[in-house]
Amino acid sequence: MIRRWLSQTLAVSALSVRTIPQRASSSAVAMIGIAGVVIVFVAVLSIGEGFRAAMTDASAPDRAIVMRTGADSEMTSGLPGPEVQVVQQAPGLLRVNNRPIASAELYVLVDLNKRSTGTPANVPLRGIGAEALEVRNEAHIIDGRMFQFGTNEAIVGRAANRQFAGVDLGSEFMSGNLRLRVVGIFESNGSVGETEIWCDSHLIQGVYERGNSYQSVLAKLDSPAAFDTFKNWLTSNPQLNVQVQRESDYYAQQSQVMSSLIRGIGYTIAVLMGVGAVFGAILTMYTAVSTRTREIATLRALGFNTVSVLISVLAESLALAAIGGVLGGLTAYLAFNGYQTSTMNFQTFSQVAFAFRVTRTLMIQGLSYALLMGLVGGLMPAIKAARLPIATALRQL
Amino acid sequence: MKYFPLIWRNLLRRKVRTIFTLASVFIAFVLYSFLMVVQNAFSMGVEVAGVDRLVLMHKVSLIQLLPISYVDRIRRTEGVTHVGHSTWFGGTYQDKATQFAVMAVDPAYFQLYPEARIPQDQVQAWLADRQGVIVGRTTATRYGWTIGDKVPIQATIWQPKQGNTWFFNIDGIYDADRGFDTSNFFFHYEYLDENRRGAYGLVGWYVLRIDDPSRAADVAARLDAQFANSSAETKTSTEKAFLQGFVNQVGNIKAIIISILAAVLFTLFLLVLANTMAQSVRERTSELAVLKTLGFSNGLVLGLVLVESILMALLGGGLGLAITYFAVEGGSFNNALLPVFIMRSRDIAIGIALCCALGVVAGAFPAMTAMRLRITDALRRT
Repeated sequence: MIRRWLSQTLAVSALSVRTIPQRASSSAVAMIGIAGVVIVFVAVLSIGEGFRAAMTDASAPDRAIVMRTGADSEMTSGLPGPEVQVVQQAPGLLRVNNRPIASAELYVLVDLNKRSTGTPANVPLRGIGAEALEVRNEAHIIDGRMFQFGTNEAIVGRAANRQFAGVDLGSEFMSGNLRLRVVGIFESNGSVGETEIWCDSHLIQGVYERGNSYQSVLAKLDSPAAFDTFKNWLTSNPQLNVQVQRESDYYAQQSQVMSSLIRGIGYTIAVLMGVGAVFGAILTMYTAVSTRTREIATLRALGFNTVSVLISVLAESLALAAIGGVLGGLTAYLAFNGYQTSTMNFQTFSQVAFAFRVTRTLMIQGLSYALLMGLVGGLMPAIKAARLPIATALRQL
Repeated sequence: MKYFPLIWRNLLRRKVRTIFTLASVFIAFVLYSFLMVVQNAFSMGVEVAGVDRLVLMHKVSLIQLLPISYVDRIRRTEGVTHVGHSTWFGGTYQDKATQFAVMAVDPAYFQLYPEARIPQDQVQAWLADRQGVIVGRTTATRYGWTIGDKVPIQATIWQPKQGNTWFFNIDGIYDADRGFDTSNFFFHYEYLDENRRGAYGLVGWYVLRIDDPSRAADVAARLDAQFANSSAETKTSTEKAFLQGFVNQVGNIKAIIISILAAVLFTLFLLVLANTMAQSVRERTSELAVLKTLGFSNGLVLGLVLVESILMALLGGGLGLAITYFAVEGGSFNNALLPVFIMRSRDIAIGIALCCALGVVAGAFPAMTAMRLRITDALRRT
């Protein structure tokens, strides 16, 4: 019984799917419509995904960032030199030969022109301490050499070098009274650090009139588990007025506004477009049902049951949606994956370079969304087909 | 117009098809409007920037501060009629970074922005209250603040001498026409400067009004020359250029919006409408032949099909534009990060033009088929 029902359903479904080419132009409407939605959905969300990845992927669980209490970013923080020295004595901090692996840093902005548009952009300039590259062990020089502390040399992140003009290897640039010479290009796992320019922190203290003060300390811990010891010691120390965050939490928080903005806009567009594409799919399936009225009525007259007719229409709609979904996902991948760009992070007003990331999850989401559209779009026409009164339908033509 | 009933009847011939086509076109234009609103929001008020206002900031970057002593030198500069200054405060409210811009300004600041409408007695109250605040309507409504309320804000950049919290009194609420940001929170610079722990006598940026907008470039050059070779060199630009600078930093939003729009209009509008029109003409082959037999000219048949297509485009698209317009006017999109949500009349005009143009494109091929139809062939086919 069940087997007969199954074979009926399969036979009718195969028939509808196989005859799709006969209804090419109207099928294309549904297919391209759904593909369009998937392209836009995947593309917009790949921007958000790329931004999030650039901001958070390179952060390590055994790193902590220390800033002044209340500061919402390095930009707004300030730590006097004596406090930095206290921070460097904290337990839980990694020490090599009794030397604390922590870098006291300054974070300011310089004006550089974007290569793509020639318009000025706020590029972060980070003054780092001697231990900075030991703290960030993923960062390494890919061209040129590391700068020498005590000179006006600087190294430039790979993404900053790609996005902004005037910071090529060997060139000199001015920012206010600060003249920096680029002696190296570094990479750091495609993270936000690659949008930055690094130089000696004392250089920035001088030119930006910061005296003996810093903005943050990036510390490497003994182990990820040492975080609580480190944090509790610092926050309960009456000499200090600081807050301590895991690096990953800090960057997740820094990317939150922008990521949720992109997601909000992306989902709104995707939902609206999806509704539109469902209307297109309904139209296509109604057309399919009405051109096949006689065929469907004949099947019914031959004894095929209503449910298998209903499923066959849904199968056709889902097949169209699946083709559209795969097509859309692949197009988005080929067109946008890895596309390099930069934007301003609203939370610090500084530039972040990133690449669009069409991930597998996004493509699966896109395909699932396509199938959902196909299902919803096919439902009403399928019911109509199943309910077709055989006698009138056969007489009609 | 006498053919209108004929066209209308054709639309009603297959109601389901017409309804779903209209629905698809409708959604396409809801999306069009939404994208325009997003684009306007990202343009951050560049369109409504005052032509007679200049912004003077530190040459290196906006985060560098300028001495307050510049105010007199700026005021004495030829061509400058008003000057005020503003300092970014940031802050945290209710454990989140403030969802509105908090700025410390001098008493003259509001004279520079006649767009902000504040009752005179509220201005007086603000001037008399050291901890006073004038806040925009959007933010006041969002947090349910009324005049007389006390608002605590945690420091991010500027720590007070005692503790970590600043206390403010709401003295006034400003309104403005659509397009002008009504989410800002303004308090007295003096209160900030007396109570912060350093950086005394420094301000964020100056805003000034000039008497002749056509000489903006001259005045800006004169100002920057005045402060050249000082410890704080300046960069003066028109308010429009200043805001445009921010917009450029965010990236090429316009290109993204236009690409999305192209995808939307092609898939939801052009493709669907063209398919519907093609089906409709195919079904009516014999009918069109009869019309021609009755003496309808080729041109008239072409026109009938085209008008039908345009009519559908305008019905669906127009409704989409109208509904989004009223939703935006009702303020249902308001968002903290991008406070200015408007649909300009230009967006609507372009929308309607797009409807017509796409209606013509969608109907063109079927209309040509209808026009070229030879009576004998068409009648024989049935």
